[in-house]
Amino acid sequence: MKRTIFSNQLLPWLLLAPQLAITFIFFLWPAGQAIKQSFLREDAFGINSSFVGLANFTALLDSPEYLNSLKVTAVFAISVTVVSMGVALLLAVAVDRMLKSSRTYTTLLVWPYAVAPAVAGILWWFIFNPTVGVMPYVLEVIGYDWNHISSKTDAMILVVIASAWKQISYNFLFFVAGLQAIPASMREAAAIDGAGPVRRFFDITFPLLSPTTFFLLVVNIVYSMFETFAVIDATTEGGPAQATNIMVYKVYFDGFIGQNLGSSAAQSVILMLIVISLTVIQFRWVEKKVEY
Amino acid sequence: MASITLDNLGKVYPGGTRAVGDVNMQIADGEFIVLVGPSGCGKSTLLRMVAGLESITEGEVRIGDRVVNTVEPADRDIAMVFQNYALYPHMSVRQNLAYGLKNRGTSKAEITRRVDEAAEILQIGQFLDRKPRALSGGQRQRVAMGRAIVREPAAFLFDEPLSNLDAKLRVAMRLEIKELQRRLRTTSLYVTHDQLEAMTLADRLVVLNGGQVEQIGTPLEVYRNPASTFVAGFIGSPAMNLIPSRAVPHLPGSAHAGIIGIRPEDLAVDPDGPIEMQVRAVEELGAQRLVHGHTNGADLTITLGSHADLHDTLRLSAQPEALHRFDEKTGKRLA
Repeated sequence: MKRTIFSNQLLPWLLLAPQLAITFIFFLWPAGQAIKQSFLREDAFGINSSFVGLANFTALLDSPEYLNSLKVTAVFAISVTVVSMGVALLLAVAVDRMLKSSRTYTTLLVWPYAVAPAVAGILWWFIFNPTVGVMPYVLEVIGYDWNHISSKTDAMILVVIASAWKQISYNFLFFVAGLQAIPASMREAAAIDGAGPVRRFFDITFPLLSPTTFFLLVVNIVYSMFETFAVIDATTEGGPAQATNIMVYKVYFDGFIGQNLGSSAAQSVILMLIVISLTVIQFRWVEKKVEY
Repeated sequence: MASITLDNLGKVYPGGTRAVGDVNMQIADGEFIVLVGPSGCGKSTLLRMVAGLESITEGEVRIGDRVVNTVEPADRDIAMVFQNYALYPHMSVRQNLAYGLKNRGTSKAEITRRVDEAAEILQIGQFLDRKPRALSGGQRQRVAMGRAIVREPAAFLFDEPLSNLDAKLRVAMRLEIKELQRRLRTTSLYVTHDQLEAMTLADRLVVLNGGQVEQIGTPLEVYRNPASTFVAGFIGSPAMNLIPSRAVPHLPGSAHAGIIGIRPEDLAVDPDGPIEMQVRAVEELGAQRLVHGHTNGADLTITLGSHADLHDTLRLSAQPEALHRFDEKTGKRLA
């Protein structure tokens, strides 16, 4: 790495300023506001607020609705991550074995990533719409009565598919790159060593992909906890009966619809802590098992 | 242990490019065969066809009495050493060595025995619990060989195994491979672009050019009687002088042949010699010197002892039996 020595003390700060400004305005400041707000309670008209200590937090942890949201978030985040990474890996392995037309295939598979989450949500909402959607019609043929408006399971499946679908493209690109970085001779050596295709994948390819897998694990969990807000909002709005009310959606709903800013702020602080600690855990423990 | 037979072996890629054609060869049990040629001559493709990593489009490969054209690499009873070693980076050296045996359902005790034996032969016993990245190039090379040895296969296939090592290590490992093969007497097929490696290792060497076999023979046969100008120029260092006969009209036999070949070491300074050489440059190698120059417009290189007197013009002569004659058009050797 080249080291540049600035003779002027001001210039480096000037160059950093745009990034620092973005971090400050869009992350540090709101996060600070949220932390401050989480200790306050506002009156019904938003005129006065009073300091209530940890009351917002204790109220949350006593609330069955909030505990439900925690559980829903866990199920949702794990499902989205497993589905999007699993499907992406499968597609990437297929492309890696392909000689012809793998470029076209790759290009087509990347398109969904360009679709905005809200649009993706609406798209899947139409496909699975119990009255006009094509999937319920197909499912009815095989004897399944799909209705995500009344069935909690169906609703969860819908939001998982809609959220995972978009992320598959992203994961796919990384997996393809990861696979291509594994020397062909490694797999050839394994083939000569008597390992069949499945064995080769699990003994050689998958362990060698682990840096990519680890990176995607972090990205996908953070994605499913934060960036899926638009998908939920466009499809189920957290329903039915709180079945898809993940934490980030509840933050929005309680704060902006329910106008309970103190509780909403406390929730976002908890969410922030969860994601920070998850990432720390992943880097501390999972990374040690990763073969670089 | 087995013989290998290549019968009219050829490879044409789907685009129509011919990588290898008409290779006929009988490799005896325990023989060390070196495939040598410039890059792109098809030597690696040929090896990979024997290994089963490349499909065979023409002819047959037989290992022992069995035609293996469509047999999976794993079932051909061969072991291969790759140029980049292809060690599994996430496995310890022991696991690397044991992997092939484990896949074949060898018993634990037998695996341990064979791995320890191979480690002993290759002196890698103290590295068995390390990962490949903690090893030097030479040590990795040994592990790659160990992985081949433990399998006790019918044949070893080497794909330029020494080309990633530095010059000194390469010479040392070359010797070790030679000794190892003597000891194990396993049929070996070895690919290299380095003619020195080919000369020193081979029982017989196969010189390839443009996917075709130019010559098959023992190193000395090939050195003494190169079958074509290509072989003459490729085997031997410094390369044989290939001179149009009109540039050396006073040499015996030069009237008939199109191209005369003379090895640099076969040319001697002789005040009455028939060749007059204008010296252009001298390379000092210590034990000898390489003198480059030209005669009648044809390039000429000779090797001289380090004490020889140098002048701007040298007169040279060569023994009649040291002259090689080649056809000008086909480049083939004339009797």
